Amino acid sequence: MFPQPLDKSSAAAQKSYKIALPIALFIWLLPLLAVMLTSIRSGGDINSGNFWGMPTSINFIENYTAVFTQTELGRYIWNSFRVTLPTVALTLALSCLSGYALAIYRFKASLPLFFLFVAGNFVPFQILMVPVREFSLQTGLYDTVTGLVMFHAAFQAGFCTLFMRNFIKALPYELIESARVEGVGEFKIFWYIVMPLMRPAIAALAVLIFTFIWNDYFWATVLVQGDHALPITAGLKTLNGQWISQWHLVSAGSILAALPPVIMFFAMQKHFIAGLTLGATKG
Amino acid sequence: MSMSNDSMAIHTSANKQSFLRKNKLAIAPWLFLAPGLIMFILYVIAPIFQSIWISFFEWDGLSEKTWVGMANYHELFEDRDFYRSLKNNVIWLVMYMLAVPIGLFIALFLNQNVWGIRLYKSLFFFPFVISQVVVGLVFSWFYDPSNGIIALIYSLWDGKPPAILANEDYVTYGIIAAGLWPQIAYCMILFLTGLNNVSPDQVEAGRLDGAKGWRMLWHVILPQLRPATFIAVVVTVIGALRSFDLISIMTQGGPYGSSRVLAYYMYETALSEYGYRMGYGAAIAVILFLIMMVYISFLLWRMYQQEKSGG
Repeated sequence: MFPQPLDKSSAAAQKSYKIALPIALFIWLLPLLAVMLTSIRSGGDINSGNFWGMPTSINFIENYTAVFTQTELGRYIWNSFRVTLPTVALTLALSCLSGYALAIYRFKASLPLFFLFVAGNFVPFQILMVPVREFSLQTGLYDTVTGLVMFHAAFQAGFCTLFMRNFIKALPYELIESARVEGVGEFKIFWYIVMPLMRPAIAALAVLIFTFIWNDYFWATVLVQGDHALPITAGLKTLNGQWISQWHLVSAGSILAALPPVIMFFAMQKHFIAGLTLGATKG
Repeated sequence: MSMSNDSMAIHTSANKQSFLRKNKLAIAPWLFLAPGLIMFILYVIAPIFQSIWISFFEWDGLSEKTWVGMANYHELFEDRDFYRSLKNNVIWLVMYMLAVPIGLFIALFLNQNVWGIRLYKSLFFFPFVISQVVVGLVFSWFYDPSNGIIALIYSLWDGKPPAILANEDYVTYGIIAAGLWPQIAYCMILFLTGLNNVSPDQVEAGRLDGAKGWRMLWHVILPQLRPATFIAVVVTVIGALRSFDLISIMTQGGPYGSSRVLAYYMYETALSEYGYRMGYGAAIAVILFLIMMVYISFLLWRMYQQEKSGG
């Protein structure tokens, strides 16, 4: 283990490490702590410039209800769910299939197609922006939740196919061979033999995609205009324009916007990190 | 006699089966691929070529396109705003790279076995999970010269705080600092995973050879962290070139366009109150795409080498 494990170093070193740790964390998370504190301040505190002292009163309930009753924030959050959850499902379905095809079958186009998915995953969004917006306008998908879902699912299929393909490739190939010898059909092999083994990969990608899509801001601004389909990220930007220097409300809104992916992360931490660090150990 | 008959029978049936199997195996992958590939081509691959095509036109998105050939590119190479955005992209790339060593440093700091360290690691990773919109809002408030934390620090010695986001010289660095916060967290988690897989034998061997501290890190640990370092550099480069959200939230490219990067300049040109010049915007996007292609090609080349050697 590196650095040298603490229990092998002096008592003083151990002690100072244990003091340094919470201090470092406090500084690291200071932006978040400040936002949390601000989100429960009163409007009076904000107006008098009391941002860093003790709050004169705790307005937790007032501020958080105000955010929901005075603005469309609740609707934006609902829209985010309407975009994110179908995207996760659709992306997983697409990438399980295509990842399986690229991992199991040996055909000439396999590697070029794999590279196509990988390369597409890294292109700048701006090169897609004008044509995708145009396509959405023509098909009537502009300014709809469906339009956003379709684009996200297609784009995320790149990264997810890469992930799935590498995951399936690491499974024992004999499983498939022996099933074929038994005469099991190709789709049945996929569905009954490979899919059950893919659960960890599916879980990892599900949390990862959830977070990516929930936090998407660019496509939400490009493909959506109206409140009826606006996700929370773009909604928060709109609200920030309306709540000029009402930082307690901005903060409360920010906390609410950040909450779902944060909960997701803590609930499924192991999978999340497994997905993110794919390839960090080998390759 | 009967033996050889049997083996003949087995042989022909195997032949027949393998013929069928061969065909089945040739068609099946395309059926599995079709849904994902069609969607991907429709939404990702085709638009790249469409954008390149559009960049040869003058087009407001509504009326007919007018062919202008290379005119958009000629204009681009004379456009001072374009060079300014390009320069900011370079600053982003260079400064963003700080996320890699800082992430490594924090990972080394946290790579201990003390009580509660797992929770510490998750909390350090926290900023990465949060939307850039939220990060941008928080940091704009931090930089606020009347109420932000910078103002608070300056007020300790009665200094006049700089208005970071309103200053043409500081603004890009201010936004990059906000972007580094989640990016460092990302690199940190990559290195923590890498450190987990460092071979204890080699560390012990290094210790026996008298390697300590920096020497140990440089000669024993870093070589083993190469995969993690590679991925950290890749995601940081991509992140730097993709920077858009923070600029849109914190400054909208201002003041006077001084914090624009290519991604934002493209958006502003093609799709904002500043006008609907789709062709010109597409030309900017093509330049950004070409820059990105350098990295993508390198990445694919490296993957190809691995596929060749590893099967």
